[in-house]
Amino acid sequence: MSNIQQLNDLATQVRRDILRMVHEVNSGHPGGSLGCTEFFVALYNEIMELKEQFDMDGKGEDLFFLSNGHISPVYYSVLARRGYFPVEELNTFRKIDSRLQGHPTTHEGLPGIRIASGSLGQGMSVAIGAALAKKLNGDNHLVYSLHGDGELQEGQNWEAIMYAAGNKVDNYIATVDYNGQQIDGATDDVLPMGDLRAKFEAFGWDVMEIAEGNNIEAVIAGLKEAKGRTGKGKPVCVLLHTVMGHGVDFMMHTHAWHGKAPNDEQLEKALAQNPETLGDY
Amino acid sequence: MKKYTDTGKKDTRSGYGAGMTVLGRTNPDVVALCADLIGSLKIQEFIDENPERFFQVGIAEANMMGIAAGLTIGEKIPFTGTFANFSTGRVYDQIRQSIAYSGKNVKICASHAGLTLGEDGATHQILEDIGLMKMLPGMTVINPCDYNQTKAATIAIAEHEGPVYLRFGRPAVANFTPEDQKFEIGKALLLNEGTDVTIVATGHLVWEALIAAEALENQGISAEVIDIHTIKPLDEEAVLASVAKTGCIVTAEEHNYYGGLGESVARVLVQNHPVPQEFVAVKDSFGESGTPAQLMEKYELNNKAIVKAVEKVLKRK
Repeated sequence: MSNIQQLNDLATQVRRDILRMVHEVNSGHPGGSLGCTEFFVALYNEIMELKEQFDMDGKGEDLFFLSNGHISPVYYSVLARRGYFPVEELNTFRKIDSRLQGHPTTHEGLPGIRIASGSLGQGMSVAIGAALAKKLNGDNHLVYSLHGDGELQEGQNWEAIMYAAGNKVDNYIATVDYNGQQIDGATDDVLPMGDLRAKFEAFGWDVMEIAEGNNIEAVIAGLKEAKGRTGKGKPVCVLLHTVMGHGVDFMMHTHAWHGKAPNDEQLEKALAQNPETLGDY
Repeated sequence: MKKYTDTGKKDTRSGYGAGMTVLGRTNPDVVALCADLIGSLKIQEFIDENPERFFQVGIAEANMMGIAAGLTIGEKIPFTGTFANFSTGRVYDQIRQSIAYSGKNVKICASHAGLTLGEDGATHQILEDIGLMKMLPGMTVINPCDYNQTKAATIAIAEHEGPVYLRFGRPAVANFTPEDQKFEIGKALLLNEGTDVTIVATGHLVWEALIAAEALENQGISAEVIDIHTIKPLDEEAVLASVAKTGCIVTAEEHNYYGGLGESVARVLVQNHPVPQEFVAVKDSFGESGTPAQLMEKYELNNKAIVKAVEKVLKRK
């Protein structure tokens, strides 16, 4: 897939999936999911080298780890629409006996998922481990991960950030969803994180920013640049500037929709702003 | 009574180190991680022989657990190494989510467990780790009793698919099990046959149970001694077969009696064959500084304490 219109159509359909999934069960996290839609669409359709069949070990392909597991709706939608599992299965999200648990897990055997996440701050360590395994196996593919900005308040991240730079884990690109929001409000109000770029750089990372994290062309260009920076002795950090709730006007620029589902009327309004493109599940 | 000979005191952690050396030479998928305690975990030989398969993570145990989980994706078999306290309580959520719930093939290898860590005191003497680990679905929990058994267990867990908690200790203790034993996960070892009472022990308490059995024999009491190196999955058949014969049981462990081997045994008994049971275990307290022998005496975890518990349980028969 390379046509930008096709990718934007996919992103719009993914947004519809996200909204319909969380509405159906009146729970889940639409805000961060909507904000990271372009990132997931780009990563899984333009950036990563992926094998046709999923296997847990992922040798000979790029790997992705979602650390902020609560944005599972966007992950599930993009995986399904990339062919990892039937799109109709999105209708089981957060329901009993489903492989689509509230937060991603390997436990139910959902193709595409290699680690459970949800309890925050653990994904970077896992991604580093997978990157080290790739080096041991002589596998030149890359490891990607995504983290919330608020999630960086968890201390384990900084253990991992220190380790990755100190040990030159340079086959690894960690992206931070830099939307400035978390459950209780703006990150600057809840626990100010200061200059994230300077912090990563001080730890020894190669840091770059994608200013328009909700512009598919900008995201693709940025991630391609990040790929070009791997293999040079430093882990790569991408600060991805996104808008939480992007694509639904009343959900944007606020933490209010971090973990809240729209009601019937709100869903209708939100879907009207994201007309069906590839067909609803 | 069957005679066991101490072939020379050795620490169980050195058994871990020796097992890692063997694995380094025989299993190319095995990798080792350590959180700034190489000397304590006795893995220098593995590191010297396999530098590319060793990861020094520094004093960052949470990161170590996550990296270990990630290394399994790519078919590595990671063995993490630090003290038992920092292998469990400090990183419980990392183990729970990234290893146990994710079904990762990580071997959590924990030294300096229990009171016998000694002078460092209660901050380092975890007495809750067996409970923490056995509560995790899918986690195998092993507490070998001497150097030879720890070495054999280390080698055996590499062949087992799934997360394992391997618990061992700091002090030099009697080394009495066979040098080249084959370690069977989940299989209790009947060390001495007896008819009056069953003593089920794990870890450092197994040797104490054998000494106790000898003392009891001199009093005319025939004690059956079982080494339960695997606390989960517990060899329920071995326990039940023994109490069917003896009608009472003493469990012995270097752990709090909440959450330990004793509680696991009690569950099996009440569901299948209730008999009187006494616990040789720490009675819901923290430890303190002292020599291992002083601590085992004060907290009633030695052969004398086992004899006392046997006398008590026999009266309840």
